[in-house]
Amino acid sequence: MTALVFYVFATILVLSATMVISARNPVHSVLFLILGFFNAAGLFLLAGAEFLAMLLIIVYVGAVAVLFLFVVMMLDIRVSEAREGLQRYAPFGAAVGAVLFAELILAFGHWRIAPAIDAVPHLGQAAGETNTAALGDLIYTHYVLLFQACGLVLLVAMIGAIVLTLRERPTGRRQDIERQHARTVADTLELRRLPLGRSVRELGGFARPTSYSEAAAKGSYDPHAPVLSDESRGE
Amino acid sequence: MNWIIAFPELVLTLCGLVILTVGVVQKKSTNPFAACSMLTIAAFAITGFLVTVSPDGSGYEHVFVNDGFARFMKVLSLIGGALATIMTLSYRGTSGGGRFELPVLILFSTIGTMLMASSDNMMTLFVGLELSSLAIYILCAFDRDSVVSSESGLKYFILGSLASGLLLYGISLTYGYGGTMEYGAIRTVLIQSGGASLGLMLGIVFLIAGLAFKLSAVPFHMWTPDVYQGAPTPVTAYLAGAPKIATFALILRIMAGPFGALAPQWQLLIEMISVLSMVFGSLAAIPQTNIKRLMAYSSIGHMGYALMGLAAATPGGIRGTLVYLTTYLFMNVGVFAGIAAMRRKGHETTDIADLSGLGRTSPGLALMMAIFMFSMLGMPPTAGFFGKLMVFSAAYGAGLYGLLAIGAITSAIGAYYYLRIVKVMYFDASAPAFDTRSPSLAFLSVSMGIVTALFVLVLGPVTSAAQAAASALIG
Repeated sequence: MTALVFYVFATILVLSATMVISARNPVHSVLFLILGFFNAAGLFLLAGAEFLAMLLIIVYVGAVAVLFLFVVMMLDIRVSEAREGLQRYAPFGAAVGAVLFAELILAFGHWRIAPAIDAVPHLGQAAGETNTAALGDLIYTHYVLLFQACGLVLLVAMIGAIVLTLRERPTGRRQDIERQHARTVADTLELRRLPLGRSVRELGGFARPTSYSEAAAKGSYDPHAPVLSDESRGE
Repeated sequence: MNWIIAFPELVLTLCGLVILTVGVVQKKSTNPFAACSMLTIAAFAITGFLVTVSPDGSGYEHVFVNDGFARFMKVLSLIGGALATIMTLSYRGTSGGGRFELPVLILFSTIGTMLMASSDNMMTLFVGLELSSLAIYILCAFDRDSVVSSESGLKYFILGSLASGLLLYGISLTYGYGGTMEYGAIRTVLIQSGGASLGLMLGIVFLIAGLAFKLSAVPFHMWTPDVYQGAPTPVTAYLAGAPKIATFALILRIMAGPFGALAPQWQLLIEMISVLSMVFGSLAAIPQTNIKRLMAYSSIGHMGYALMGLAAATPGGIRGTLVYLTTYLFMNVGVFAGIAAMRRKGHETTDIADLSGLGRTSPGLALMMAIFMFSMLGMPPTAGFFGKLMVFSAAYGAGLYGLLAIGAITSAIGAYYYLRIVKVMYFDASAPAFDTRSPSLAFLSVSMGIVTALFVLVLGPVTSAAQAAASALIG
């Protein structure tokens, strides 16, 4: 029975993995990826690693794959362009892959774990401990240094993303609450008394007070720009 | 006990986080670059002191080890990091003005190199290597408005990821066949099992390939010239210093420790890498016209000489490699401080022809460059001579006469292109003078020049420290 379930999961996993790289529509690829994750989680369950199975579903299906789906839908990816080099590189890639595969076969053909392996102590699962607790023990107690070092790796990646892409444009319009509060009516509005039925056209059109260029966000308002008269505004 | 062993790393990490925060919370009007660089140098100095007084021992379930060898390598990589940070003080990118992430990333990369030097488990090896490399990929692309810098970052990132993949493959094979990732345990298992299985040998080959990539040893060198040329000069100086030393720490530790019993099997492989690096490094450097590319090929060659000590697989050989790396660190920083000073009207010029007549326009800089070139080719009594002498004598002691002969021939070929720079500087018609050197670069090139020229004075202490480190590793 277990063997049957294994083969069902494994077959669907391999098929969906093939579909991930061969599907023409990237959205379909991501959906097949999700199917693949579910089947891999099934395999983990069969192996008795229930924590990893749940982790795979929660983290990969719940967060990563959905994020992929968003990215794929947002980005305008042209699959045909991405496949342009395929004809040229396929034989070479296949050759390298075949060599590595042959090496793997050779290596596994002689697979024999070192006979003296029991001579050294191993960190293992204590009797009666669930594998969630055992993993927690390993990661947060025994290998806490490495866990923190992995955190540093992620921090460096984050710094890198910011360093390489963040550009502070002087024209960016940010909210500056202090300045908003300090603003008075006189900074931004000029009230003019006009006779009844007359427009501001005779007075040189619609105008902002000269001090507005200082009050405005830097670069967002050019006091020397041509003033919009209400004539041009009407057209 | 665990915390005390890794205390220097923890302190450096905390300093890094604090410096990062200082840089982020600064007002927009004041550029925190200079302040952050100074703080980083101070953090390196404090950590260096802590490393020298840190106790021996192994901690965190055999993930982390501190011994004489680790201390020696950590002090070297901290010196490399601090010197590169001093060099960044004068750094101006294409868009002008330094950014404070530069020293912070150098600091985090150095934490990675310290972890590598202290690794006692394949997991530490990989995490340390990735921490150090990831920061360097970013540093290479740091001058993001320059096409060559972005190219060098991308190239290094893609090829580096491939190398990490090879390394992981090697680690997984070693784990699969050896049954453990702890160095001590692998050693015990191998000795008691009486040799390694085929799969384990395959794992070792992949491990060496992955590490040789980081060392830029032939045949895994193809990224080196482009990355060296494109990266900002202080980054290149860092790249050629601390990370290489840490990678050497890894390769020496795993070859002498867990795989020490298999020396006859891997010795031939290391010998081949060493020979190829020396030959390729010296021949390919001859037609170069760009001094940063020239230094890239020169570093390939130097890695070959340093590997010679490992190929000997004796304590004397490891001592030779350590002394060689020490001398290389200093002369390398000196050369790059000279290259960073090659600026005309604020623009970096890196052609060898730009150096012509430097002996007349800027005699001080020319003298320092000449000292470094003589040291690179191994002329007595400069630092480079003692490094070469020690690895050559170790190879002689181990009976590797072929390797020794090839090393001597390639040194002679190397002398041609090093001396060509001296000839260009002193005998060619003068090119326009360079801009005035910034104080940090002047300090670096003069102090490194003094260290390189008078290395004989500190040879005794360095050799005995290297001897202690080597015996901690093998003894």
